[in-house]
Amino acid sequence: MNEIKQVKGTGVPLLLDDIDTDRIIPARFLRCVTFDGLGEHAFEDDREQDPKHPFNNPKYQSGSVLVAGRNFGCGSSREHAPQSLMRWGINAIIAQSFAEIFFGNCTALGVPTVTASAEATEKLCKMIEADPQLEIEVDLEKMQVTAGDFSCPVETVASSRDALLSGQWDFLSLLLENKPAIQKTADSLPYMKQFA
Amino acid sequence: MTAKQNLFNKVWDLHNVGTLPTGQTQLFIGLHLIHEVTSPQAFEMLRDRGLKVLHPERTLATVDHIVPTDNQARPFQDLLAEQMMSQIEKNCREFGVTLLDISDNRQGIVHIVGPEQGLTQPGLTIVCGDSHTSTHGAFGAIAFGIGTSQVAGVLATQTLALSKPKVRRIEVNGDLAPGVYAKDVALYIIQKLGVKGGIGYAYEYAGDVFDRMTMEERMTVCNMSIEGGARCGYVNPDQTTIDYLRDRPQSPTGKAFEKASEWWLSLASGPDAEFDDVVVLDAADIEPTVTWGITPGQSIGITDKVPHPEDFPESDRPGIREAYEYMGLEAGQSLQGVKVDVTFIGSCTNGRISDLREAARLVQGHHVAPGVKALVVPGSQQVLKQAVEEGLDEIFREAGFEWRAAGCSMCLAMNPDKLKGREVCASSSNRNFKGRQGSPTGRTLLMSPAMVAAAAIKGYITDVRELEAPVGV
Repeated sequence: MNEIKQVKGTGVPLLLDDIDTDRIIPARFLRCVTFDGLGEHAFEDDREQDPKHPFNNPKYQSGSVLVAGRNFGCGSSREHAPQSLMRWGINAIIAQSFAEIFFGNCTALGVPTVTASAEATEKLCKMIEADPQLEIEVDLEKMQVTAGDFSCPVETVASSRDALLSGQWDFLSLLLENKPAIQKTADSLPYMKQFA
Repeated sequence: MTAKQNLFNKVWDLHNVGTLPTGQTQLFIGLHLIHEVTSPQAFEMLRDRGLKVLHPERTLATVDHIVPTDNQARPFQDLLAEQMMSQIEKNCREFGVTLLDISDNRQGIVHIVGPEQGLTQPGLTIVCGDSHTSTHGAFGAIAFGIGTSQVAGVLATQTLALSKPKVRRIEVNGDLAPGVYAKDVALYIIQKLGVKGGIGYAYEYAGDVFDRMTMEERMTVCNMSIEGGARCGYVNPDQTTIDYLRDRPQSPTGKAFEKASEWWLSLASGPDAEFDDVVVLDAADIEPTVTWGITPGQSIGITDKVPHPEDFPESDRPGIREAYEYMGLEAGQSLQGVKVDVTFIGSCTNGRISDLREAARLVQGHHVAPGVKALVVPGSQQVLKQAVEEGLDEIFREAGFEWRAAGCSMCLAMNPDKLKGREVCASSSNRNFKGRQGSPTGRTLLMSPAMVAAAAIKGYITDVRELEAPVGV
């Protein structure tokens, strides 16, 4: 897996709270056996109902850094949600806070998710609206977001940061390395032996 | 295990395989439940890497989300659903995992099947690619939802990379009033602590109310932990837990059951257990609770009025206004009298036999209001069988309800049961998100199954306690 240290791109402003994963990818699109083709359905129902939705706005079509509010990605555990955003073209998300399962799913896909203050996310959204071509950089080494002459500190879960920086965000490989320790734990649990 | 450790920390430590280079814990998983929606890509990842399922005997598959609840003839009319069904059949066959498909009388919603089969036990770590896995915490298990990449990890290694959350004890003390159910307790907790309040926490539910609850009631509250932001919620195992598990198909038997019971009880948080946070709530403050908005935290007691935006912090107001607009409701209005088009009793939150019994008791002798489509969907084939044995299906049918086969049904719009247009649904499910019930503009009001039953009879949202009041008194 590649090391992910900085992500650069233009922004998409979506400063609402409690955006749930049903909104990110409506359930009917989960009737599938692969993640292919999910990108075009990101926020489909929200886009349908709101012509001004940022994902409808031609100015933000090439945006790859999403700026969001609080509790982004709440609700269903569906990995289809970050998959659809990633396939839409989102490579990093800056939010005021994230729902946990969504956060973990993003890390597993190599999509950095960092939190910034309400003031910083509001400022970033205003800057993106004023200049959709503005390049935003999410720097996981410095734990900082920079856009033009603005920069702000960001936070993330240490293990997620470490995994992305070291290219170990594919957790499956890490987990596979510890077979003997897994066996030892399994042997120590009474239910694994049916309480015999 | 020390006296200061709460259940969560004891169970976590017992399952700790080691610390990964990323700093996370590699956690052993005692039970892995899978369903048709979030597993196909995971099996594909295993194929890509030439991996096997490490513990097929600790893995169980069922089908629930896409299952039609009326015409179940194969192939399904929805060809995408049929494709998913064929895929899970193929995957389970190829990887040696037991699948409870619709021809198996143990099939049902994954979070109903695990407990009723006796697979869900105290002290286990339980995961499923489904956020309502928190349901299983009712037994004193650490249970939570995971994404599909993690499903692949658990299939291949029976472990998961995870950071340890903090633990908040939520005590609800005192007595619940008549007409106030476990669902109301769940909605009330989320209303008080917020939909973001549980981020970073596991919830321990305790106090008089939880001590007295049946296992099914505990499951209802644990189920909705995730709606409050807590990935996992649990109740300490006690005699109620042990009584429930005795003689279940997959429970230990004989001496092993006694040994298991002893171990299960030893895991409970003791009087000296420590927590990162403690919240104490009074059961007397809880009314039949109904949501008015588009998050499960936007709810009021049935005798209250829809709040004003000014009642909330400035930063919350855009979301509050968005909710009014979507729902077509106004600040200051009562929810009583809001007309409903559809009523839904079912889901992993409230599709168990006790839910159906209570709803049937309330609707007996009444009839569904004209123009209301009223669905009752048992959470599993076992629940359905039991309900039929008790004659509940007849009571519902006579009252004008549609009696369906087991599945997730109208909770989430992945099968033919969906709202149309801007229909309003009184629902016993867990999410009132925009578009959740299948119409992008459909509106959901969450409440207890008893309140749903009352809404079906009246044709509008009503206080279930009034439905029960004797005529002329």
